[in-house]
Amino acid sequence: MSSTQHLPGQTAVPADGPSAGENLLEVRGLTKHFPIRQGIVFQRQVGAVRAVDGVDFTVGAGRSLGLVGESGCGKSTTGRLVTRLLEPTAGSVLFDGEDITHTPEARMKEARRNLQMIFQDPYSSLNPRHTVGTIVETPMRLNGINPPQGHKKRAQELLETVGLNPEHYNRYPNEFSGGQRQRIGIARALALRPKLIVADEPVSALDVSIQAQIVNLLQDLQREFGIAFVFIAHDLAVVRHFCERVAVMYLGKVVEVADRQTLYTRPRHPYTHALLSAVPEPDPDGTRRRERIRLAGDVPSPVDPPSGCRFRPRCWKAQAKCAAEEPPLVRISGNPDGHLTACHFPEEPSVEARAQDIVLDPALSGSAESPASSS
Amino acid sequence: MSLQTSPHPAQVAPASAPFLDVRDLRVHFPTEDGIVKSVDGVSFTLEKGSTLGIVGESGSGKSVTSLALLGLHKGTRAQVSGEIRLEGRDLVALPEHDMRALRGRTVSMIFQDPLSALHPYFTVGAQIAEAYQVHHRVSKKEARDRAVEMLKRVGIPQPDRRAKDYPHQFSGGMRQRAMIAMSLVCDPALLIADEPTTALDVTVQAQILDLIRDLQEEFGSAVILITHDLGVVADIADDILVMYGGRRIEYGSVRDVLTRPEHPYTWGLLESMPHIGGDVERRLNPIAGSPPSLIDLPSGCAFHPRCTFKGWVPHGLCAAERPELLAVAGTDRHIAACHLTAETKREIRGRRAAQ
Repeated sequence: MSSTQHLPGQTAVPADGPSAGENLLEVRGLTKHFPIRQGIVFQRQVGAVRAVDGVDFTVGAGRSLGLVGESGCGKSTTGRLVTRLLEPTAGSVLFDGEDITHTPEARMKEARRNLQMIFQDPYSSLNPRHTVGTIVETPMRLNGINPPQGHKKRAQELLETVGLNPEHYNRYPNEFSGGQRQRIGIARALALRPKLIVADEPVSALDVSIQAQIVNLLQDLQREFGIAFVFIAHDLAVVRHFCERVAVMYLGKVVEVADRQTLYTRPRHPYTHALLSAVPEPDPDGTRRRERIRLAGDVPSPVDPPSGCRFRPRCWKAQAKCAAEEPPLVRISGNPDGHLTACHFPEEPSVEARAQDIVLDPALSGSAESPASSS
Repeated sequence: MSLQTSPHPAQVAPASAPFLDVRDLRVHFPTEDGIVKSVDGVSFTLEKGSTLGIVGESGSGKSVTSLALLGLHKGTRAQVSGEIRLEGRDLVALPEHDMRALRGRTVSMIFQDPLSALHPYFTVGAQIAEAYQVHHRVSKKEARDRAVEMLKRVGIPQPDRRAKDYPHQFSGGMRQRAMIAMSLVCDPALLIADEPTTALDVTVQAQILDLIRDLQEEFGSAVILITHDLGVVADIADDILVMYGGRRIEYGSVRDVLTRPEHPYTWGLLESMPHIGGDVERRLNPIAGSPPSLIDLPSGCAFHPRCTFKGWVPHGLCAAERPELLAVAGTDRHIAACHLTAETKREIRGRRAAQ
């Protein structure tokens, strides 16, 4: 896999990437409401699923941003809005200095040359009736790109770049394993030499031993070709490994964003604390006792999100102010530069074990008084 | 919060024999292309109140093993041999009729995907009550009360109202709780959880694992947890069984196996995933290749085509001879199947620590 070679015609970017000053992708107040309609002939809107509700972030050229959160928090929808697979309800998406928020579909082709996507499920994201060659070539044909060496040769080069045998050009997706299919999806995304790839859970459908192969491949490609990534995943350890900057989403909003070192060692938002404390670690000795926070229930419905802070109903620190006022995503006192938190009553900046476990789950609260025996 | 125990508490086996004793279990599926040896000679023991974690990739035979414990291969084309002794009774030889009396009562299972394991046409409460009524002579009302009580125990708010809901009205985490309620309704002595948290978010996963642990303490059940996540195993299990290609390759206590893994495959599993406190600059060290076909397992050690260290073993022994499960020196029951000698492993560890 380390045999990553040069994409022809692509200049390599130094390992440290270009300066972070220029933003390749700038997302402002991005919103997506899916209408809920009722009625048979005359449909009227009775509500909306507020999947994404005002999200701001930026991604520098060659950089990577991780989006983490529970299912239903809007991270995948955000990815699809950025690539314009979904039409935003409000807000703006600036890509490479151009506003692509409402670019008509016919002209989106141009922007998508530089803006590609890798999908979660390698089984449903490849057309079973097309050969691997066709799948990888199609983006080039659609965009009228004729590489000097010809489509076939170029597709084979791409297959080799992602660690597949170029002789598999004429095979069909069903002849490949999950990890190999994911590599085909990556080759397709690379075909147009994009500047930004939105990777929506690229490894979560794969076996443990295969995940690392794909993560390494993506890292190699990023270093070699200077591709920026929006990396969407629910696995906090994978996101930490891959992304320099991480945004935590909850119910359609970003609740905390910081560089990975800060976010994983000095989180301020209670939800980030809860997420981190829930990650199981293969450390049977428990050398470092970690904090234990058990939230009650699940993420509430985005149809009717709670007033004020959306995490309020599951938060152990919630007060009247949290219901009345929505906390802005700002740099709160004690945060280093670039660490933004949306919370009225932020936590101590540490993940050290707290004096007492926080167990809100009614089924577990019976054992809440005694400290966790096994951690 | 305490529940009344079922009228017939499971008998306590004599101290000498283990509660569950699986010996040389084999499950083979004849197909047109050949015999698929999904499970090929697996043995383990489990005591009441303790937890065994079975770890492996897809196709390593972990789920097929669990289905064999439930006797769910009976009446299919699968060929099951070996012994599964539960409190002295051999489940492999047990006729289906007797197995039915045990299933759900003494042995029960939490399935991976609660949406497909729950019937969409019946209310959650009715499904849990049915599981109770099958094994107990009680009235409908008593069974329903029991179902509500179980829903309450697993932390579903407003259990008497939610019992009348259908599975689609529950969220993923709640459905998994309902599944747990159903599997525990008869106080089983052995609970098998097949990837119970794989489809769930981390916060919900932590809740469910805590819940399984709490309920295990309360009911004293033995638990078999099937997963591919070593973090989950470290969190909840006492013993760990690592499977590859339908065979055991490493088995021992969680502490022994995770602090001093002896098989290169276990090393690979531990090193291929990033850890939340790990070094981000360090490249992940993936296991090369992909899992083997169960019809045509590689010769010798099934892992040898993917193993980085086969060059350390002289005379191509890895491809020629299947390694035996040998006891690891200095431990009481940690065993591993690898041709690498203890000295070679020490040297490999030393080199890698120096890197």
